[in-house]
Amino acid sequence: MPHDNSYTGQEFKVVGNRFARPDGVDKVTGRARYGADASAPGQLVARVLRSPHAHAKITKIDTAKAERLSGVKAVITSDDLPDLTGGDRGMADILENCMARGRALYDGHAVAAVAAVDEQTARKALKLIKVTYEVLPHVTDVDEAMKPEAPVIHDWVFTGGVNPQPTKPCNVANRTEMGHGDVDAGFAQADVVIERSYKTEQTHQGYIEPHACLASVNSDGSAEMWVTTQGPFSYRTVCASLLGMDLAKLKVTSSEIGGGFGGKTHVWAEPLALALSRKANRPVKLVMTRDEVFRATGPTASTSIDVKVGAKKNGEITAAELELRYQGGAFPGIWGMLGCMTGFACYDIANQRSVGWDVIVNRPKVAAYRAPSAPMAAYAVESIMDVVAEEIGMDPVDFRLKNVAKEGAQAPYGPIYGPIGIESALNAVKENPHMKVKLKKNQGRGVACGFWFNIGGQTCVDLNIGTDGSVNLAVGTVDVGGARSSMGMIAAEELGIDYEDVKVHVADTASLGHNDTTEGSRGTFSSGMATIFAARDAIEVLKERAAQMLDVPKESIQWENGTASATGAENSNLPTLTLKEIAAKSHNTGGPIAGHNEVTADGAGMGFAAHICDVEVDPETGLTKILKYTVVQDAGKAIHPDYVEGQFQGAAAQGIGWALNEEYVYGEDGRLQNPGFLDYRIPVCSDLPFIDTMILEIPNPNHPYGIRGVGETSIVPPLGAVGNAIANATGVRMNHAPMSPIRVLEALDRAGVSGDQVSAG
Amino acid sequence: MRYESPATTKEAVALLSKEKGPAFVIAGGTDLLVRMKSGLVEPALLVDVKRIPAMTTIKVMQTGFRVGAAVSGAELGAHKALGKAWPGVVEATNLIGSDQIQGRCTMVGNLCNASPAADSVPALIAAGAKAAIVGKQGRRTAAVEKIITGPGSTSLAKGEVIEALTLPKSSRRTGDAYLRFTPRTEMDIAVVGVGISMTLERGIIKKARVCLGAVAPTPILVPAAADTIIGTKLDDAALAALAAACSDACDPIDDKRGTAAYRIRVAGVLARRVATIAFQRAGGAA
Repeated sequence: MPHDNSYTGQEFKVVGNRFARPDGVDKVTGRARYGADASAPGQLVARVLRSPHAHAKITKIDTAKAERLSGVKAVITSDDLPDLTGGDRGMADILENCMARGRALYDGHAVAAVAAVDEQTARKALKLIKVTYEVLPHVTDVDEAMKPEAPVIHDWVFTGGVNPQPTKPCNVANRTEMGHGDVDAGFAQADVVIERSYKTEQTHQGYIEPHACLASVNSDGSAEMWVTTQGPFSYRTVCASLLGMDLAKLKVTSSEIGGGFGGKTHVWAEPLALALSRKANRPVKLVMTRDEVFRATGPTASTSIDVKVGAKKNGEITAAELELRYQGGAFPGIWGMLGCMTGFACYDIANQRSVGWDVIVNRPKVAAYRAPSAPMAAYAVESIMDVVAEEIGMDPVDFRLKNVAKEGAQAPYGPIYGPIGIESALNAVKENPHMKVKLKKNQGRGVACGFWFNIGGQTCVDLNIGTDGSVNLAVGTVDVGGARSSMGMIAAEELGIDYEDVKVHVADTASLGHNDTTEGSRGTFSSGMATIFAARDAIEVLKERAAQMLDVPKESIQWENGTASATGAENSNLPTLTLKEIAAKSHNTGGPIAGHNEVTADGAGMGFAAHICDVEVDPETGLTKILKYTVVQDAGKAIHPDYVEGQFQGAAAQGIGWALNEEYVYGEDGRLQNPGFLDYRIPVCSDLPFIDTMILEIPNPNHPYGIRGVGETSIVPPLGAVGNAIANATGVRMNHAPMSPIRVLEALDRAGVSGDQVSAG
Repeated sequence: MRYESPATTKEAVALLSKEKGPAFVIAGGTDLLVRMKSGLVEPALLVDVKRIPAMTTIKVMQTGFRVGAAVSGAELGAHKALGKAWPGVVEATNLIGSDQIQGRCTMVGNLCNASPAADSVPALIAAGAKAAIVGKQGRRTAAVEKIITGPGSTSLAKGEVIEALTLPKSSRRTGDAYLRFTPRTEMDIAVVGVGISMTLERGIIKKARVCLGAVAPTPILVPAAADTIIGTKLDDAALAALAAACSDACDPIDDKRGTAAYRIRVAGVLARRVATIAFQRAGGAA
């Protein structure tokens, strides 16, 4: 029976409470088992040899000496990973990214791998592999890579989305255009037209846990993999496809995850571990070093952006244009499209056009990073919003409210918005006490908005009721942000039992049907929906069993607060039956009681946020200190408010890091200069104030509880919010993120407002 | 790899002198273990000095302080008399790493790691600290500024170890300070560091030492910068001259942590701030 996913406005007893997190104690005591915490008898240690060159032809790989080293059990190169992708370009890219096929495409690209009895032997073996490179010209900058004279990285890339398609290969993989209205006519109506250009540097998700797996291929061709991942089913699909296995023969179990933020939605070295295990006929454990994580997994794109906004003196935006250039690393991406979808999404702009370019450079293959592509586009849009507001003499929040997107407005990518929360968020910002805090010298305040569309997708859950009435819920979405707690609360809510009576676990790929990866802020929305439906299925079974026990027709049984009772005056003398009582008798009434649901969850609710940021800028050093920060975001319905606030704070913290100091620094030689947490400067605790949060609940009409995804949206505003605050503090606009001390001081110098007393000497 | 933990400095010297392969002293290990983990060094011998009594104590003497080579940053921070006499040295050392690192890291380790950006070193040099060195040939003393010869290299001969650092006795009229610039509040490496100590006489700076970090291949003592403030009450003109002299003394590089231009500029900014703190600590009137 299909279930109805409409929002019903039901009253909650369990949902909305703040229960202690089920994984908390294990995580703080070190008991939790992460990717590197699994072991198997006879396991080998894998190490990967990586290219020191940004771009090089591999003319020869001599592994003979390494193979002869005592303790080495397998050495692989791309020869051990034959191309089985059958013309699937996306899959072929993944294969080539996992291990170079005749050409190293970036500093850190895997070239060979070994499995040995221990770490020392494996390291020694790497040194014995002789790779002959012929270094090729490289390019790492997005604007440089687009120039006609740039070295062309792939001879098979012909710019898509351009009519007619070019016949000459180049580094521009794709052009995307979105928008509506008549942009030229719109600009003609404007009293003020402003154009600006922005750059953002490449950042990494910076999860604390490196990629790690334990792979074991049996002699019958079946295999198991324990791995830290956001998507065990996707890892299974990709690994099985690359290695030529049936899906059912590869069981993938996801470990506890020490952060993913999009970076663990893709495979990097996992197929190598499987290939090594297959060759060595032993279990193989592969744990990346931090250096490898930075050089050879999937950071987000660096960008170069032009933006143009026209407005009337009354504040109405008449037209807006965005041109977004994203480098996706060594392979084509979809980053330009995502930028086009999100850039202007907070505003109702009748005439708008967004053009996105996907550009290939000699850097690691870009992966999703929390609302991928949106923070960069928002940096440009939210910065220019303040510039235009200033130009027409309007308060920047009022200017945003004047143009804010409401229900019925059209999104940049086409759809008409349902009920959305950005107007409420901006109004909440206006009234927030934070806006009244007095600012001192060198201090400033900025406000910025952000959007992420969120997704739904394929999900299934199993809900099994034990004979004692306690409940196991198996979900297929990995717990990256509180899923076990939230799903347990939803199951308890539906069944009418206590939260403590539900135990949730993340199932392996052999135990549940396909679940899409935990990405796009889909976990709570989609698995929450499946959990509601599975619980409702289980209640139907419980009612049927209660009917048997009371000897009445099922139709006369009603279910309320975890209890079955028979309706009608003729049944008033019958006892009521609790879930526990029904479960205890299940062996007599038809066996185990369970509920299942498989669903493609449609209608994800869009996420909107508005942030307030206060900074103090040291005019002599360019150092920016975050004084106070407030996040306002629409959650639809906060199932577990602690986790929702945690998502808001975590996303804002990552955005602030990006805004201030995080960046990939490449040398002239195309090698990454800072592949470690010392020089890749993620904010530490003392760099951030407590981040205040305010949860808005504007129900998503397409979910029974009104849930919207919350995980990603709040990484979108910080770049703009910090930039606007710096401008407010100094009078100088930053157009290059991160807005590091060096860049800020340079900008202050250019504007002649730095606190320079040195030159006096 | 062999691990030894001798009970005396003499034994440590003997072990280090005899070893033919790469031999390292380990105190806190906060630099060494990271380098071992990343495969940069593969020691044949590690000599742990944390069980050598002469290296694990802070002694208050007639002439000043003697800080053992294995004394951690946290122990240093908890030593009241030292903190009162040389707050700049203690604060500089306490900037290294994080709370966890402070439990292990040592000043001598920071010195012998020989990074141009070491935090404790400019403060030690400004304070006039000396190293008590033990080798096969016996004992010798050297000023701290004579130890680091370049990035990662020192003037210590094979087998030589620094047993302790000595700091002179400090008077009520002596003040020192150290500040570094880092984009983050902690867990970061100095882009520029400045250590200054000074002694006043009737409110006027009589003696001063100025040392810059992270702006040259080694921390540099800059007498020309000290000269700009000696004989002054640290007025604005003196501060400006100090800043200019510090900037002039810089010989930095562009790297992932900062540009040369930025380092030169900020060296002057920090010098002014550091001098102001040291002046106040020496009892100077603003």
